[in-house]
This record gives sequence, structure tokens and C-alpha cells, in this order.
Amino acid sequence: MKLLAGSLTLVGLVFLLIGFNTDYSSHAAEGHAEATSVAAHADDHAEVAHAGEAAPATEEAPANAVAHSEEAVAVDMADEATHTESAHAEGVHAEGDHVVEGVATDHAAEGSEAHPAEGHDEHAAEGHGASHDLSANRPWAAFLVNSIFFLGIGIGTLFFLAIQYAAQVGWSAGLIRVFEAVSMFVGIPLLGILFLAVTGGMHMHHLWHWMAEGIMDPASANYDPIIAGKEGYLNVPFFTIRTLAYLVIWAGAAYLLRRNSLREDVLPAGQNLFFTQRKLAATFIVLYAVTSSTSAWDWVMSIDTHWFSTLFGWYTFAGMFVTAMTVLNLLVMYLRINNHLPWINANHQHDLGKFMFAFSVFWTYLWFSQYMLIWYSNIPEEVTYYLPRFKGEYKPLFVAMVAMNFIFPILVLMSRDAKRIFGFIGLAAFFVLAGHWLDHYIMIMPGAVGYDYGFGFAELGGILFYAGLFLWVTLSQLAKVPLKLKNHPMLTESEHFHQ
Amino acid sequence: MAHTTEPTPVVRALYHDDDVLISAVKEIRAAGYKITEVYTPFPVHGLDKAMGLKETRIAMAAFMYGLLGLTVAVTLTWYMMISDWPQNIGGKPNYNWGMNMPAFVPILFELTVFFAAHLMVWTYLVINGLYPGADAQNPDPRTTDDYFMVELPAADGLMDVLKKSGAVEIAEA
Repeated sequence: MKLLAGSLTLVGLVFLLIGFNTDYSSHAAEGHAEATSVAAHADDHAEVAHAGEAAPATEEAPANAVAHSEEAVAVDMADEATHTESAHAEGVHAEGDHVVEGVATDHAAEGSEAHPAEGHDEHAAEGHGASHDLSANRPWAAFLVNSIFFLGIGIGTLFFLAIQYAAQVGWSAGLIRVFEAVSMFVGIPLLGILFLAVTGGMHMHHLWHWMAEGIMDPASANYDPIIAGKEGYLNVPFFTIRTLAYLVIWAGAAYLLRRNSLREDVLPAGQNLFFTQRKLAATFIVLYAVTSSTSAWDWVMSIDTHWFSTLFGWYTFAGMFVTAMTVLNLLVMYLRINNHLPWINANHQHDLGKFMFAFSVFWTYLWFSQYMLIWYSNIPEEVTYYLPRFKGEYKPLFVAMVAMNFIFPILVLMSRDAKRIFGFIGLAAFFVLAGHWLDHYIMIMPGAVGYDYGFGFAELGGILFYAGLFLWVTLSQLAKVPLKLKNHPMLTESEHFHQ
Repeated sequence: MAHTTEPTPVVRALYHDDDVLISAVKEIRAAGYKITEVYTPFPVHGLDKAMGLKETRIAMAAFMYGLLGLTVAVTLTWYMMISDWPQNIGGKPNYNWGMNMPAFVPILFELTVFFAAHLMVWTYLVINGLYPGADAQNPDPRTTDDYFMVELPAADGLMDVLKKSGAVEIAEA
């Protein structure tokens, strides 16, 4: 297994290197020859809009003003003069994102497959942006997708482990070592994200659009008043500090819970550190309540810088938690098949399956809550988020993702027996994992690379790289110490667990 | 004195602990006696398996009820909001049901849950004869407090098995 993990990591690393050295813009240019010419227009548009905006720049951009700008573009994007005038006349801050989406709606409504318009989109989406186009973000975005996906496995399990202590859960006591081993992985994807944050701050990529040069500077051509208004929160030093803080809090909690649990093993029989662990777990849960939301805003939501959603943090968390439950299910299944956990029976597996099932539904609930409110209110500044995802090229992926994350788990895992049969768990797990990877992909890609998406070396490399590291860390942590706790007070309860 | 219709005498054994009860049930069945009924003050996990009861089919019934609720909700929203009296609410498309579907999801969800939950409860009550006003069938009121009772037809050698299994009180009726 170690050999497999090591080779996966290495192959992943090689793929990543290939991915990072691939020029993604070339293939875009081949694909749509017209794209570049339209893109040139897009840049003009953006500049014009900025020129107009510089004069009457007010702090808030009223929603209807934005709407006007969209109409202006949608009406006749060929006629630049008209557009310029209208943009001036409205005194609008016609910022890139909204312009883009306006065009996107128009184009999608026609049902045409006009690629030039999309070429326009992606360039204008960078908008104020610097010289390079969005396709350069592709390998970085792919790495972020994988970092977030694999972070979900670690942090979801860590949160689950903390719940076991905070809620004094009995049934899972025999599985604590498995949870610990998985949660020890949490630091690695966090380091990956920290790496992305630092490289972004160094302008090696503009995955997070607000990091683009001059975007907060009123004198710059790239100035965006809406983004500049968020400077107090979205600035590189604070962003990096926050990422570092998440690393310290999360990886620290995982380490401390693990350390105490190992210390408990060498205590004389009958003594335990349960209440120390419980305090630690409760503290972590309180901190995680805040950091789970803020981290999702930082790493994922700030990619679509103008857009915001108040339940985005929970939505991301729900996805991460399902991913973690699914991986735990698979891991426990693997360990049981190999007879490493003789004290764990089908009832424990059933309970893990219930979590997987329930949180798939919970994820759908949050996903739909976010979607429906935006669909119903139909306000341009909110709707922008769903236009590329639900009307644009991402639609098939988006629909497939929802089906895989909701319909599959609900149908496969609903019956009692299915949660106890390895084949059904494996089948559901495959779809849930693929579905949530796709969910993170769709969260990140439209904002980060526009329509320059795909699945190549960068994406696959990231998956293999992290999967290898995950197996390495988890299995070596499992192998290091006995898989059964010695002095946990609820161990007997767990052994006699039945339902 | 040919009272052939008189019920066969039953034995009732009382236990004071649910874990003892479960192991007792297993012992009694292992000794080859058939248990008619067990009375407990609260649901005892694992008792159904120990008694060898057949698996409940209420899950399948609940699934069917859920589908029924979903169908009712689809029909209801389609007839009311699309077919019979199309209404323009917030400018949402009402040309066909599919276009307006996101607005109906809460209704679909609620009616699915409503049908599944309510019909499941009624099914359970009807199958168990627990309709309102039904007479209590409890042979010993202490089983509603802190005793557990196993009821089974009298047979040879049963008393020894019951005594050995940890019964605190045995009565023949």
C-alpha cells in the first residue's frame, strides 16, 4: 500500500508539472479562431466602461444601474459607440463581470453555440484584469479544486471526530483511531492552499480576481470600486494570515486530539483523558463554526469577487462533510474486509452510511436553498453566479453534479440493507465522491478560468498527488499504533452496539 | 367439562433489566420454546432480532407513501398554478410546469414528507390494533414502568429455563 501511495504521489507530481507547463491559451485559440478578435473588443469595452466610471464613482453600485449596463451591452455589443454612450449616460460602473453575464444571458437565450461570445466572456471576466488571459489560471485553479476537495476529507473527519467527543458518542468509540488517522491529513491540503495564496499574492496567477494588479487603486485602469470596497477584508496580507490561522487551528486540533488519545493509551487501566479531549473538541467546534464559513468565503467565494451568498460557508461545509463521510465509509469497509477491525460490525457501517445518506440530502437542501432564493429574486448581482453554471457551457456538468450528489445517494442508500452491503456502499461512494469533486470544480472554474475549462494533466495530477499523500498519511498513521483505544470509557458500549 | 375453546395456559416471566431480558430471550429460544410476546416499558434495541421477528415492511410502505405524496404535489401544483388558473407571481415563468418547478420544490418536499409520515403512522397503528380508545392489552401494569415481561405458552421444563435465565418473577395464567 505504501508503494502504491508513494507512486501515486510521484505520478501525480509529474502530471502536475506537465499540467503547469502546458499552455492552455493555445488550445483555446485553435478552438475558436474568432475568439481573439472579439476578445479585443472586450478589452475595449472594459476600458471604455472604466473611463466612464472614473468620473462619477460612487461607493454603491445600485442594482438597477448594473442591470442597465447589462442591457446596454446585450442590446448591441457590436455597436461600440452606442455602448460607450449609454455607459456614460447611466454613469454606471459597468464592471467586467456584469457585462459578461449580460452578454452570456443574451447568448444563451438565443440557444446558439457561438463560441466567439464565450471568448468574449472569459476575457471580459478578467475585465479590468491585467494583460494575461484567464486560461493561465487553469492549472492553479485545478490545484485549488483538488486542494479543497481533499481538504474536505480531512476537515470533515476532524469535525466528525470532535463531535464524537463533544457529544459523548458511544457507538463510534471503536472507530476513533480511524477518524484520527484521516484527520491527521488535514494539514497537507491546507499547505497546498497556503502555497496558492502566497503565489497569488506574488501575482504568479490571478485565481482570486481581487488580487489582480491595480484593482483597488482608483488611479489604475483596472480599478473596480466594488472590489475596492472589500479591501478591508480581501487583501493579500490578511488573506494569507487567515489561511495560516486555519492551518494552525485545524491541523493543531487534529494533532492535539491525536496526541491525547495516544497518551490515554499508556495510562493505567480505568483512567482516561476523555474530558480533556471533550474540552478540546468543544473548543475546536466553536472555532470551526466561524472558520468553516470564513474559509469558504476566502478560498472559494472570493473567486467570484462581486458575488456573495450568506449560506455559502455551510454549503461548502456540507459538501466537505459528505466527502469525509464517504471516504470514512470506504476506509472502514476496507479495514473490515481485511479483518483489521474485528470489533466493528455491520451496525457501525450502517451508521456511517446513514451519515453519508443524510448529509447528501443536507447538501442538496443547502444547494437548493441557495439556488432557489437567487432564482426567485432574480437580481442581476446575484444571478451572475448561476448564469455560466446554469445557462452557459457548464450546464451539463452542473446538472450531472446535482444528480450524482442527490439522486444517486438517495436511491442507492435509502434502504436499510444497502447501507450494510459493501457493493452498494462502494457504488454510492463512487458517485458521491465524483459528484462532490465536480461540485467544487463548478464552484471554482467559471470564476477562475471562464470557459477555458477541461480535464487534463493538471486536474488528474492533482487528484493523484493528493490521493497518494492521503493514502500515505492515513495508512501510516493507522499502522503506527493499535487500531483499538485502550482506555476510552465508551469502548464497551461501542463493542455491543446494535440496532 | 369439555372446554376445548379455552386458551392454552400461558407463562409470564418478569425481568428487571433490558440486557438480562435480551439474553433471556435468546436462551429461551435456544432451548426450543416459542415466545408469544414481550412487553417492555421502552423500545429495547436488538429485541426484534433476538425474538426472531420478521423484518418490518414499513420502510417499503413509507417509500410508496412518499411517492404518492410527490405525485399528489405535482398534480396539485400543475393543476392549480399552470393548468386551471395560471398566475404570474414575481414574473416567474408559468408557461409549463417544468419552467416554474423550482418554486414548487418546497411544496413537493413538504407533501412527500407529510404523506410518508402520516400514512406511516396510521399504517403502524392499524396493523398493531392501536387505534384510539382500544383496550389496553397489558397483562401487568408494571411493564409500563420498570419491568420487562416475556409471555409464552406453558410447556414442560419451561420453568427451569426461565429461572435460569434470570427471571425475577414467574406467573402461570
